[in-house]
Formats: sequence, C-alpha cells, structure tokens
Amino acid sequence: MTDEPHNHTSRRTFLRGTAAAGAGLMATAAHAQTADPLITEVQDYASGFGDPVDAAPYGTPISHEAHVVRRNVEWLTESPVSSINFTPIHALEGTITPQGCAFERHHSGAIDMTKQDYRLMINGLVDTPLVFTFEDLMRFPRHITTAFCECAANGGMEWGGAQLEGCQFTQGMIHNMEYTGVMLRDLLAEAGVQTAGKWVYVEGHDASSNGRSIPLEKALDDVMVAFFANGEALRKEHGYPVRLVVPGWEGNMWVKWIRRIGVYDQAVQSREETSKYTDLMPDGRARKWTWVMDAKSVITSPSPQAPIRHGAGPLVVTGLAWSGNGAITRVDVSTDGGNTWAPARISGDAKPKALTRFHYDMNWDGSEMFILSRAVDETGYVQPTKQALRDIRGTNNVYHNNSIQVWWVRADGEVENVEIA
Amino acid sequence: MSKSLKLVLASAVLTTFVAPALAEPLGLGRPALTEEIEAWDIAVLPDGTGLPVGSGDVETGEEVFGSYCASCHGDFAEGLDSWPVLAGGNGSLTDPRPVKTIGSYWPYLSTVFDYVHRSMPFGGAQTLTADDTYAITAFLLYSNGIVEDDFVLTQENFTTIVMPNVDGFYEDDRPQTEYPLFTGEPCMENCLKTDPQVTKRAVDLKVTPTDEDGKPAGTLPVLVADSGGAAVTPAAKAAAAEAPADVVAEAPPEAAAQPEVVVPATADPVLIAAGETVFKKCMACHKVGEGAKNAVGPTLNGIVGDAAGVVAGFNYSKPLLAMAEDGLVWDDAALHAFLENPRSFMKGTKMAFAGLKSEQERAAVIAYLASFGG
Repeated sequence: MTDEPHNHTSRRTFLRGTAAAGAGLMATAAHAQTADPLITEVQDYASGFGDPVDAAPYGTPISHEAHVVRRNVEWLTESPVSSINFTPIHALEGTITPQGCAFERHHSGAIDMTKQDYRLMINGLVDTPLVFTFEDLMRFPRHITTAFCECAANGGMEWGGAQLEGCQFTQGMIHNMEYTGVMLRDLLAEAGVQTAGKWVYVEGHDASSNGRSIPLEKALDDVMVAFFANGEALRKEHGYPVRLVVPGWEGNMWVKWIRRIGVYDQAVQSREETSKYTDLMPDGRARKWTWVMDAKSVITSPSPQAPIRHGAGPLVVTGLAWSGNGAITRVDVSTDGGNTWAPARISGDAKPKALTRFHYDMNWDGSEMFILSRAVDETGYVQPTKQALRDIRGTNNVYHNNSIQVWWVRADGEVENVEIA
Repeated sequence: MSKSLKLVLASAVLTTFVAPALAEPLGLGRPALTEEIEAWDIAVLPDGTGLPVGSGDVETGEEVFGSYCASCHGDFAEGLDSWPVLAGGNGSLTDPRPVKTIGSYWPYLSTVFDYVHRSMPFGGAQTLTADDTYAITAFLLYSNGIVEDDFVLTQENFTTIVMPNVDGFYEDDRPQTEYPLFTGEPCMENCLKTDPQVTKRAVDLKVTPTDEDGKPAGTLPVLVADSGGAAVTPAAKAAAAEAPADVVAEAPPEAAAQPEVVVPATADPVLIAAGETVFKKCMACHKVGEGAKNAVGPTLNGIVGDAAGVVAGFNYSKPLLAMAEDGLVWDDAALHAFLENPRSFMKGTKMAFAGLKSEQERAAVIAYLASFGG
C-alpha cells in the first residue's frame, strides 16, 4: 500500500462539516456541470466500515427498497385471512420472483406447519393407500422446474373497464419461481393407480383445504410436489413445507400445505371448481374446468407506479410475457395504441410455462404514447385485446383476463391505466 | 441412476396412452390406516360418495345457521356486508351484476355439504357434526326455495335433490371457440381504422391504494432531484430513518398518527407488534382503533379490563349477556380462557372462532388489544 497516511483525521473532520452542503448541491450538479461532490469528496462509506458479516444472518432487502413490497387492495375482500395481495412486478426485473414479495392468496390464512408434523396421504382408487412423511418425500428422485403461478383472477377487476392504477394491482397476481421437488407421477406410482382412476383430487392441511380436481393425464405429466423455491425452503405463505406446482394452470390448483391426494373416477366438484373459478358467459351459462392460463404479456415499466422521470431520449421498456400452453416465441410492442407494432427483444431464456422477460429499447421523443405489448406463444396464439375477449365472454367472466394492457404515457412521464378505442 | 430416470420418464409417457403410471415402486411411505383415511377423506361427491350417516331438518338448520353462520351470511343467507350471499339471485346470471348463490349458480348439492362440513364456520372449520351439516344444507335448500319448510335431508334422499343450475356449466371450449380466432400472423402496420381515443381512465374511479403523496401505492422513488426537492418518497424516507425496515413495514400508519393511544407503562412493544399479527385472525369480524365500528363482532377498543357485553349497539348472544349479568369482566384471565376455547368457555357464543391454543399468541393479542385503551 502506498497511500499516504498524512493528516487523515483533519481531512475527515473537514469533510464531515461540508457533507450537508454537498448533499444540497447534488440536486443541481447534473445540469450545472459542476463537479459532483459524490465523486470529488470521500464519502463515509468509502472511508469507514460497512456492516459486518452476520448483520443479517438471513438477509432482508436494503431499507431503500422498502417500497418494493406486496400490497393488497383492502376493499376487494372482507377478511385478510381469505384474501389476496399483489407482486410488485413494476419494480422487479428478470424472470424469477423472490418469495418474499411474491403474491399471496390464502383462503383461511397461511398456516404454521413443521416438517416433522407434515403428512401426505394418497388414497382412493389405488392399490395401496399410503402415508408419506416429509422425509419420505425427500427420498424420491428430485426434479427442478421453473413455472409461473398466476391467479385465475389476475386482471379480473379490469373486465368492466380500467380500474386500478398500477401494474402491481392490475397484473400482479403472478409469480415465477424455480421449484425443486418430486413428480406427482412418482408418488402415484408408489401407491399404484387403478385403471378406474381418472382424476386426482388435491387438498391442503389448512381449514379451507382448497380442494381441486385434476385430470389424471395432467397429474402424470408435469405436476410437481415441491418443497424448495428459488433454492430455499418454501416460505410459510407459499405452502411450507410442501405445495403443489401445476405448470401453466391457474394458481388456485397449486394447493399449498398439500395433505391428501385422492384418486377418483370423476371430478369431486368442490366449491373451488363450481361456485368459484368458473367463468360466467353472456348467455348465463358458465365455462368450467378452464384450467389453462392463456398467453399474456404486460409492460411492467413504464407503468403507473413506474413513471418516466428522465425525460426524452433513450428509454428502456421492460415487461413480462407468459403462456400456459408453452413457451413465448415473440412479444411485440406498440407505442401508438396498436396501430404499428415492432418486435421486442426476448432477454434470457424463454422457458415453457414460465415468465419470460422482454425489453424494447427506444428513443422517446417526449410526446404522449399509448404503449402496449402483445405476446405470441409456440402454438401461434396471439394475445387478444380486451374488446376481442369481451365480444366472446361479456364482462361477467371474472377470470382469465389475458388481454392486452394499455398504458397512457403522458408528456410529463406520468403513466395511467386506460382503455382506448 | 440415469437408467431408472429414463424408465420413469418412459412409463410416464406411456401412461397417457395406456394405463396409469407403473414406475418401479421405491418402497417409501407406509400403508394408510382405515381410521386415518376416514379422518382425512371427507370429500362428498355429486353421486353421494362420501356422505356420512345422518340427517337434518330445515327448522333445526335455521337454528344452527343462526348460531354459526348468520353473523356473516345473515339470518336468511342474504349475506352481510361483502360476505357471500347464499340465497336468491335466481335468473340473475345474465344481469350486469349477477348474484351467484347456491340456488342460482351452484350445480351440485354435494358441494354445499362438503364445503360446510370441512371449512365452515369460518374460523372454526371441522367443528360441525354430520347432522348439523345436513340441517344447515336443508335450511339452505329451503332459503333458496328448493324444498318446503318440513323437509328433512338424509344421506338416503340426498342425491334426489337436483340443483336448479345443474345444466348451467359446460367444459372449457376455448380451444374450439377462441384459439382459432386468436391464432395467426398478427397485424404489424396500419392495424387501426381510427386514431385511438381514451374511453376509460382508472384515475377517475379513485379506488387504488395510494402513498401519502397521493400517487399509486408503491410508486418508485425519484432517483434524481431536479429542483432541489425530495429525492426519495416519504415511505422510503421513513423506512430509511428507522431501522430495521421490517418493523416499519409492519407498523400500521395509524399507530404513528395516534399519539393519544394509551399504552400502559408496562406495555411490551414487541409483544404488541406480535399481537397485531395475531389479530389478523380476528380482523374478519372485529375492528379496533380510531373510528372502529361494530361489525360481525363488537368493536374491541377498551375491551381489556372492561365489563362484558357493554359495547353500544352490538347484538350480543344470550349466553354472553347471561355471563355479563353474572359480572363477567374481560380481565387477563377471562380473556385467556375465552380465547383459548371460546365455545367451551361460553357455550352458545356467536363467536365462530376455534380459539388460540398458543398461550403466547393469546398474551400477544391481549397486549395488542390493551394498547387501544382499557
């Protein structure tokens, strides 16, 4: 080290005295072309110590990111134990959703369950009804899959018209995690599914139990009984210690704290698959078993909670796309309300049934824009407009609103949720 | 290892065409006992599979419903506040505001029995007997005009009941009716006939949660101040000022804005904070704090140490009024006893809550309630 140790103390004392003045100057520094004191003056953090190791044995986000949290809309539900909140997707990047800010949906609260107390039963039309402990599950061949989990009601408040101001609130009932667990088909094989078995019914340990019927074909395909998400144990609110992962299908079927898998020759017709999660159509009848989440995309920034603050010039438009029918192959962006479209870049991997990140790099001239995105998946399905869906489904559908989200970017950079025609 | 994995995968592929999975069993798990299956497999199916032995009549159902369900669903299953409406709504499914009830929407009666039996009453699931459940189900049929008032529902006649909307559902037809319309090369240029105009603005509705500055909640903070103004949002500033951040995140904004709240000198802020979390289990029915009103349950301001049954305007149950008459005071011991097992402490209470088994949780929630006076 060749640093001179000369008059260090007096230099730091001097700097401390001018720190306040420096902060005040900062505001105009960029435009005034005066030297930036953040660069020219030695900052405390560049001179002293930061936190020691173990300051947070299991870290939490830095306090400056305190605004990046799940948020709920209180008037939506009568009770917070049977409610939902929203992922702050306007503030996140990449594709993986951290568990700590991934939306929660509980029907009777997030329960406190230990691995020691955990039991999973398989019964019904099987050769040998079985009970597994958590440790038993850990001894089956392990698999990894990345999948989005989207509530069937994501965007549901928007059927009747633009309602909520923010990407988090209009599209935030979604998260995307990398799960580790065992395949449901391996557990079913252990019990021996009888030929009469056509459905599995999955239910949780919590008071709601949130039971759902899944056709055997799907259960034997890609459904996972997961215990890790993003490399760590599932968080309590995501079903610790064990949840079901049903790639591409509506979040309600991803039963948390799963306790029983019953094999049946028919659907159970539980509350969650009859009175709820059925899609009322204009003729008064309803679609049932609408499990797949169709292709969708949304620009996460700019958006109402992520306005443009830097003025005209280079602008990064970023967003998410996903499809329950496979991989995203393309995302187009329009800045003129859908008259002209240009392909965005798919950044990173486009995994099937997982969130895919797209970026669109543009030069904003500072004028108003209607900005929107449109996903295309590997089946060739093109994300429709809201009007196209309404023409078929009316406005009482509640679920499965996968239509194009329109943001109105104002000249001052503020962004509104609007509908256009 | 890879060999067996391939085997598993191969059998999985086969199964979709032939028979269910036949991978090599690993010998994990143990056989489920009959009594274990009986305890957990309580599913009731449309064909009557899973129905327990029992029966219940409309009149009994009305009584049981009044005790366990009416506090949220109303005496006539009409639904209080935003709690589910269970009766009525016939013919409304094509209306702009359809009312989806058991009578107007639910296709199968088994769903009613199954759900009530396993998940109701809210906060006290799996406490209803089979007979109570038959009775409640009978009452719900009656309140929907499906049976007469002398009807008795049993496991024998259960499947003879046909729900009005049984034919109101059809299997997902998006692959046939929608996918062809939305598949193909999309338009890239000159796609609109007219210039787009704004037809709806979310800001007009003002139903989005906001930050202190009126912006949508969670709006990203300003990174570069351009006029010497604040460079961070109030929320971020508050968080930065007080560490650790998670304490700030959990504290309700009212707590900071209410200096008049009387916190006993011995109050433990950590315990109170823990109690606030526990109280989320109670919030469905009870309100506290400034402006709290009676809801399904009475407001709880000043409850700790207060005489029982004195909240103005609340319609208490008979057993509570009787115990109040006998001088019940909500001191620490009484609250502990009541909260541990409401129905054993007060037979016939309207509070449909299973109770807080953990002494720690009870102590925390009592400390939290005490912070609202009392």
